[in-house]
Amino acid sequence: MPNFTSSPRTLKRNRSERIFRAICQSAIALTALFLVFLISNLAINAIPSLTQYVVRLSLVVDPAKVDATQIAAGDFQAIVRTAIAAEFPDVTAKPEKKKLVKLFSTSIAENLQRQVTADPSLIGKTITVEGPLAADADSFLKGQQMSVSALGENSDFEARALAKLKEAGKLTREFSWSLLTNGDSRSPEKAGLRGAFMGSLFTIAITLLVALPLGVAAALYLEEFARQSRLRDLIEVNINNLAAVPSIIFGLLGLAVFVNKFGLPRSSPLVGGLVLALLVLPTIIIASRAALRSVPPSIREAALGVGASHQQSVFHHVLPLAVPGILTGTILGVARALGETAPLLMIGMVAFIADVPTRITDAATALPVQVYLWSALPEAAFRSRTSVAILALLIVLFVFNALAIWLRNRFERRW
Amino acid sequence: MSFKTVFTPAIPAIIAANAPKIVAQDVNVYYGEKSAIKELSITIPDKAVSAFIGPSGCGKSTFLRSINRMNDTIPSCRVTGKIAFDGMDIYDRAVDVVELRARIGMVFQKPNPFPKSIFENVAYGVRIHGLAKDKVDLERIVTESLQRASLWDEVKDRLAHAGTGLSGGQQQRLCIARAIAVNPEVILMDEPCSALDPIATARIEELISDLKQNFCIVIVTHSMQQAARVSDLTAFFHLGTLVEVGDTDAVFTNPQEKRTQDYITGRFG
Amino acid sequence: MTTTSLNLTKKYRLRHYTEPVVFSLMLGASFFAVLTTLGIVLSVASESYRFFSAVPLQSFLFGTEWAPSSPIPSFGFVPLIVGTLLITIIALAVAAPIGILSAVYMAEYATPRARAFAKPLLELLAGIPTVVLGFFAALTVAPFIRAMGAQVGLTIASESALAAGLVMGMMIVPLISSLSDDVINAVPQAMRDGSYAMGATQSETIRKVVLPAAFPGIVSAFILAISRAIGETMIVVMAAGLAPNLSINPLAAVTTVTVQINAMLVGDQEFDSAKTLSAFALGLTLFVLTLILNVIALRVVRQYKEHYA
Ligand SMILES: Nc1ncnc2c1ncn2[C@@H]1O[C@H](COP(=O)(O)OP(=O)(O)OP(=O)(O)O)[C@@H](O)[C@H]1O
Ligand SMILES: [Mg+2]
Repeated sequence: MPNFTSSPRTLKRNRSERIFRAICQSAIALTALFLVFLISNLAINAIPSLTQYVVRLSLVVDPAKVDATQIAAGDFQAIVRTAIAAEFPDVTAKPEKKKLVKLFSTSIAENLQRQVTADPSLIGKTITVEGPLAADADSFLKGQQMSVSALGENSDFEARALAKLKEAGKLTREFSWSLLTNGDSRSPEKAGLRGAFMGSLFTIAITLLVALPLGVAAALYLEEFARQSRLRDLIEVNINNLAAVPSIIFGLLGLAVFVNKFGLPRSSPLVGGLVLALLVLPTIIIASRAALRSVPPSIREAALGVGASHQQSVFHHVLPLAVPGILTGTILGVARALGETAPLLMIGMVAFIADVPTRITDAATALPVQVYLWSALPEAAFRSRTSVAILALLIVLFVFNALAIWLRNRFERRW
Repeated sequence: MSFKTVFTPAIPAIIAANAPKIVAQDVNVYYGEKSAIKELSITIPDKAVSAFIGPSGCGKSTFLRSINRMNDTIPSCRVTGKIAFDGMDIYDRAVDVVELRARIGMVFQKPNPFPKSIFENVAYGVRIHGLAKDKVDLERIVTESLQRASLWDEVKDRLAHAGTGLSGGQQQRLCIARAIAVNPEVILMDEPCSALDPIATARIEELISDLKQNFCIVIVTHSMQQAARVSDLTAFFHLGTLVEVGDTDAVFTNPQEKRTQDYITGRFG
Repeated sequence: MTTTSLNLTKKYRLRHYTEPVVFSLMLGASFFAVLTTLGIVLSVASESYRFFSAVPLQSFLFGTEWAPSSPIPSFGFVPLIVGTLLITIIALAVAAPIGILSAVYMAEYATPRARAFAKPLLELLAGIPTVVLGFFAALTVAPFIRAMGAQVGLTIASESALAAGLVMGMMIVPLISSLSDDVINAVPQAMRDGSYAMGATQSETIRKVVLPAAFPGIVSAFILAISRAIGETMIVVMAAGLAPNLSINPLAAVTTVTVQINAMLVGDQEFDSAKTLSAFALGLTLFVLTLILNVIALRVVRQYKEHYA
């Protein structure tokens, strides 16, 4: 009887088979590991910023410092300083007092001002005002003494002060809504993503408004109307090559043409949106063409057969059937644009802008640019906020991609 | 031995004369839920050519591929029953398919040379199974295999050229050379000539007749003439069952089954 | 279409006027791609022209010192391209094996279920904005490498080519793996069957038949990956640094073409100073470089597809 059991050589070959297979698996595993590490690292970094110590100070709105007729000119910082001093009656030395004030965010005074502006009758009364601790004090309480902290080794004094506040029940740890509702700021505890969100929103809206019609029209021409010609080849080669041009080059184009030649406002979502529209145009054209191509010829023939013109057959029958595919491709393209940073740096959407933009011509940043800006700041608290900004960006991208996948599964027909 | 579905008045002469090489018993092959081969039993003689004929989709390739366990590469495919090679069940758990396939070579319908030189194509199996002692030995094996596949004279000056650059007929002979280089005992051929012109076909048929001195050859073909010309044993498949098996002369001159007769006279299929 | 024997509706006649308009609109839209390319070439080239009228082309291309802000500025391209290539090589050294092996796994070994897990995983990685990877490179990977180096007594710059290259490598893994996955899948099954029928194991089949057959496609995947790495901006801006060291030491800080384009345009731009204009000269070089790589890659892919058509 023949023997088909493995010979020593085959055993060796089978072993190397298993090893090779394991190596291939570990390549994927390594990628997974990288992703897990990346995301968990971001999440861990982000956690401290998600909550914030909020202090409640009861203070007298001193009429000597605020005039009811000129509220904006009032010295609210001084009122808060007085209130802080009142919390610590045993501290008298001036440098120590200064140290105390540094524990509180200046946004307490801003909140106070807002309250008084809304209701001038508060002047002269004793009220409670809320506001965050300064970022350093906040991180100190969260137990992460970080390198660039203003609270150095000799922070006993501050530690005692904070402990006292905590014992008195004046501190509560709350979700940092300010991260979502505030614009950018130099002080970490005040810095929020609202400006970046709005900037991204405006930018992407422009991108979509420009790129979608252009992309679909171009795809319709190339897929449905163009005859095989030199012109069509030229356009096709162009699109394929544009899809692989580094994004920073599009930024240079935007700077030279939109900003310098056309005089559109630098740093504005308008220019940013136009640049990103050019960037994603090839993607949208390629996706739309694929969607149009997947509509079977029988549909076109049926329409032509009942006497529709070529254009009617396309616009009434083919295009509607291709819409889900086109939208899926567009959403993916827009998601890519949303994460782009480099071209926006070129056109100057990279400045510190505290105001939340309200028009497409206002100077603005965008979410990924905010990540870049914050990551370059020395304060440790900003590092954590950067992680939050990244997570916010990733969540937005995730939503976009989920939407695209849903759309694809829901509407895509197999012919 | 049981021949459940086959009407065999007498044991075919070629099976009586030659040693049995492959004996299949009650073989069923399924693709997922779908059954492609039903309760098939057949004995394939050594040092002879056996031909499988039958209409398209009747399971010839499926059965052929279960003889060297190529079906293992199709995830949905499942084989039950017993196929014995020299008495050893090839679906036994102790069997290493790598060893098995080294003994049961296969030639496919479309020539599929590797994207390598002619020399490397033939040397491929020799190298992976470690059959050559040294370089000289390897060259000898490659030369001999090409000679036995009657391709040597046409390619001896361009062994380093790409195997894909040969003509279709040459490529198919290259694949035969590649298969015989590892010195198998059985060669399975699935419609080896269907992609070739009549002249190339004639050369391959000649080659098959030569090779049967040393090998057990199983060939699937759609050409009745080819089966009649080259084979000793003919098996007619229909809808996944073996309808009739017998000496080629007998099957073609005096088929026992109506379906066989209809098929070979061209009334269906 | 001009027969009038039929009773034509008003709408039908209107169509005669609207359809040509719609047609020209669509034609115009498709011209935007050409316009964009023209815009890039003309605008970037014209600013570059102004740059090269101040700085000779030769001293740009072959100069070994990049000091645009010094009192006597010098604009030598060599340190930038060396830095770029150094990071690209590191990236490719990471991405090539991981990318190809993942592709092999996906195309050859993975069960449909494993594939349904692995493919979205790679797509997820591909979808992560590079600014995020840059942050990770600068604030997590670089300090880690530095600490590791300190353990074994190596001094590693806080902004090292290695950190940027490693993370950039992970960035291009999905690109290489998805392109390679495609070309491996395009290798005809008959080729594999031929090998299995010879008694080859799966890994022998992959290594000796499938990968050699897919080789041209894999090469073009590499070329596209190189082009991506050269043009990548955020990772290097955040992790590689600004120091124009002419060095091939992966532990040193280097700078790249894209980093310098960014650096030249940050802050006040003066469109008559060589410093600002040099960004466009760098951009033009980058554009030409990546264009050449893309054209080569597309050509290789096309030939490969024709081969197995
Ligand atoms: N990989 C597969 N998956 C599912 N079903 C298959 C597969 N391969 C073959 N089949 C089915 O099994 C049956 C037998 O197919 P097989 O290829 O063995 O026929 P054949 O006799 O070789 O036909 P032909 O003469 O056309 O080559 C057919 O119904 C076919 O559809
Ligand atoms: Mg068949």
